[in-house]
Amino acid sequence: MKKTTAETYLAQSSLLRLLAVLALVVAPHLTRMPPWIGAMVASLAIWRALASLRQWPLPPQWLKVLLTIAAFIAINATYGRINGQHAGTALLIIMLGLKLTEMRERRDVLVVVSLCYFTMLTHFLFSQEIWTILYLGACSVGVTAALIEASHPGAPLSPRVTLRLGGAMVLLALPLMLALFVLFPRVPGPLWGLPADAGAARSGISDTMSPGDISSLIQSDEVAFRVEFIGPPPPMNQRYWRGPVLSSFDGRAWRAEFKGDDYFRQYNPRTLVKAFEPASATLAGEPVRYRVTMEPHRQNWLFALDLPDSRALPPTARLSGYYQMLSRELVKERLRYDAISYPRYVLDPDLTPKWQRSAQRLPDDRNPRALALARQWRAEGLDDSQVVDRALRLFRTENFYYTLEPPTLGRDMVDGFLFDTRRGFCEHYASAFTVLMRGAGIPARVVVGYQGGELNDVGAYYVVRQSDAHAWSEIWLAGRGWIRVDPTAAVAPNRVERGLSEALAAAELPAFLRRGGLTAFEYFRLRTDVAWDYVNVAWDRWVLGFNEESQFELLSRIGLGEWRDMVIALTVMVGIFMGLLGLLSMRSARIAMPKDEALRLWRRATRVLASKGLPQDPAEGPRDYAARVARERPDLAQAMEQLARAYLAARYYGDRPRENALELAAALKSLRT
Amino acid sequence: MRVWLLLKILLHPIRWAQERIDAWVMARVKRQPGPVPVPRHRVYILPTRFGYAFAALSLVMLLAAMNYSNNMAFALTFLLIGLGLVAMHHTHGNLVNVEVRAGPVAPVFAGEVAHFEVHVHNPARRQRYSVSVGWPRADVATTADLVPENFAALKLPIAAQRRGWLPARVFAVSTEFPLGMFHAWTWLELEMSCLVYPRPAPPGREPPPARGVGGQLAGSRPGLDEFAGLRNYQRGDTPRAIHWKSFPKLRRPMVKQFQETMDREFWLDWSELPELDAEARLSQLARWVLEAEGKHLSYGLRLPGTRIAPSRGATHQHACLKALALHDT
Repeated sequence: MKKTTAETYLAQSSLLRLLAVLALVVAPHLTRMPPWIGAMVASLAIWRALASLRQWPLPPQWLKVLLTIAAFIAINATYGRINGQHAGTALLIIMLGLKLTEMRERRDVLVVVSLCYFTMLTHFLFSQEIWTILYLGACSVGVTAALIEASHPGAPLSPRVTLRLGGAMVLLALPLMLALFVLFPRVPGPLWGLPADAGAARSGISDTMSPGDISSLIQSDEVAFRVEFIGPPPPMNQRYWRGPVLSSFDGRAWRAEFKGDDYFRQYNPRTLVKAFEPASATLAGEPVRYRVTMEPHRQNWLFALDLPDSRALPPTARLSGYYQMLSRELVKERLRYDAISYPRYVLDPDLTPKWQRSAQRLPDDRNPRALALARQWRAEGLDDSQVVDRALRLFRTENFYYTLEPPTLGRDMVDGFLFDTRRGFCEHYASAFTVLMRGAGIPARVVVGYQGGELNDVGAYYVVRQSDAHAWSEIWLAGRGWIRVDPTAAVAPNRVERGLSEALAAAELPAFLRRGGLTAFEYFRLRTDVAWDYVNVAWDRWVLGFNEESQFELLSRIGLGEWRDMVIALTVMVGIFMGLLGLLSMRSARIAMPKDEALRLWRRATRVLASKGLPQDPAEGPRDYAARVARERPDLAQAMEQLARAYLAARYYGDRPRENALELAAALKSLRT
Repeated sequence: MRVWLLLKILLHPIRWAQERIDAWVMARVKRQPGPVPVPRHRVYILPTRFGYAFAALSLVMLLAAMNYSNNMAFALTFLLIGLGLVAMHHTHGNLVNVEVRAGPVAPVFAGEVAHFEVHVHNPARRQRYSVSVGWPRADVATTADLVPENFAALKLPIAAQRRGWLPARVFAVSTEFPLGMFHAWTWLELEMSCLVYPRPAPPGREPPPARGVGGQLAGSRPGLDEFAGLRNYQRGDTPRAIHWKSFPKLRRPMVKQFQETMDREFWLDWSELPELDAEARLSQLARWVLEAEGKHLSYGLRLPGTRIAPSRGATHQHACLKALALHDT
């Protein structure tokens, strides 16, 4: 290892600036990571700054090794692994912090800078929102400035110089970035498979439902998906976005019979299970065409309006026996798909007795009062549809309340809700209704998904948020198939007709859902949010959604559809870019010519003479120089004499500038030959 | 360590080729009096080790971006590629059109380090940063920033082994600014030489006795050599100069006065050292020249074919040492 010298030593001010850049690069990561990582990196950075300011010694080798091993163990304890996207990024950031403990020379900066660039990349795996452009720009300039400082030995440059040069370089690199972005041939990824934890973690509805699950989602303003309708959108009360279908009940929680990927992994035509076979459906009415842009939720299920056309499914999707739309892969990235749905349908009119029985099953020892009520209705001689009406009337006429904050319920959750508390959210109503139906012997199940969605009038699309999460029931009637019944509509019709913000008391609503009685500022905020959402959608669509297909589409339109043409265009663009850059750099490096014409011509003449081996000595005036040249090269004597005379006249007498300049030019010409 | 070794072996053919090319180019560098302009076509540029590492990093990032189909990652990767190309032009432009001139070279004794001063001139209106001057394949280079339309004096150190003229060899003017990813350089050879005096022999041997005209030239110039009497104390005289012995008797402080001796001259003669070989004689004479000059003696030098009349002072010393340095070369 080379010894540290004054030339290679990292100056204190450079170090502090590098730490600032590091903080800028790492900061957005720390919000996502367990607090101990942030604390560790921050304390390492602060310690390094103090060590530099107070001249503390750097830690010994064994301590660094110990810290590294400890970091690996801690990462493994936190994430259960040391590779993968989350753990890998955490490890990268810790290594960046640990690198500070041995950073003393300017070349160490190169390692840190490389790690910084890579850390920036990992940030985009978690978030590609529009503000990350600013992050990209600010960090690139900062890191480049740090790099500039590192390649300037001796006294550190002022940050104004490095930042300005770094900014100028990043700006110059932008055109090439754009050319490469558009023209670099994209290949359909992934190349070697994404780690299991790829993408950012998100909340969303799941395939189990117990009391409180959905009402907790209401607090989240995260977007579940956005929908553009091609043609007129269906009315609010028809916008039931069908998600997981839950048919197994344990007295408190509803569960789906199968996990999402069971439908793909366990599918085997020979051991045909009904649940894996798409349910049969007859669709009628006016088709509704729409395009869904779904946020990643790391689940299999896709959402579609009741009921999607099985012939127009997204390419990697299929339908289950519950008529649920499922994707082959977990949705780890933003997904766009087109679907067609029909508002009128007959679903599975010929349900086998085995399936009917499974949709009537209830745990015997739970919710006895609810079962007794349902049996009592049957004993009164009511038929199936009368039982349904009776149950809905119960919700409508008795004093049931629709609230986000229901009292907690015990073991017999449905009994407690129906007979004691009578305050609940949609999951309570759906669950209680389905239990009553099953108690009366009607096949019934719970469907969870979203209901409604808010129009973004700037972009003419609908935004469905987690706060639109909903649960409803489906009952099966002989000859009519599965029919959607939403018991929430019986108790709070506004929820279905006009949305959650109309159905709940204003005090209960999360701030982002309030629509009535807004102050001017709140209204302005709301409108800004709407516009911002539109900008984000455009960003997602045109920038983040730019892939091999849209590239092909775009380039075909300008006649570069062929892969070969694309490469040629890219080569030409890079060539032009390089040429322009070269011109620019030559321009700024060109020899400064004095404004004064005589001086300029004189300089040119001395250059010519220097190339003939007769340079002007710095201590030599024009007259002495001319005399010396005349002595050494008699052939040039005449021209030299003329040159010196004209130059002196122009510079020191100042009369007849035109004639002097002409004479100088003539002398220069004869010197050249 | 093993990885390094493997890399070294893998890169060996490249290095070999690089050295061959360097040798070929260096053999064709013209020795010129200067100023030597550095036009565009004389600037060579190659990536540095960090440049290659940066390229590898960009490739890894490109693969990651492809794998995750992450467009912001693509944008960052492409920005870095663009930055690399911009850096290449900046590094190249940082060196193009500088002008190199020979600066003064101070003579040294053999065994010392000679410094060739090179003036790197920036004729452009833009500041240039971190321009270095160094011998080929030496790790050490001296670096300076070049102010617009001005020059920086940079020194090229080299060990002076033997007396005589030491010509400057081919050297490189180079830069890696701004990002350290590329190394731009040009080879130059300026007509500049350093005079190397003989290495002085170790002190100890007495010079030949002074011959000649004692007392004849005794001057009155104040100096430090010879006691010349006492004078009255004046303000500002150092206590050390006071003649304390006479103080009780005279009751007032007297100050010792010295004067320079100009009354002795002697000859340093080649022929007085018959037992030594030529180089040792020159060394011994160089030592005597230094000692005589140190004692402010007037000395002359006799070498076969050369005779320098007795005198003193820096110019005289240089003339004597130069004669010794260039004897029989």
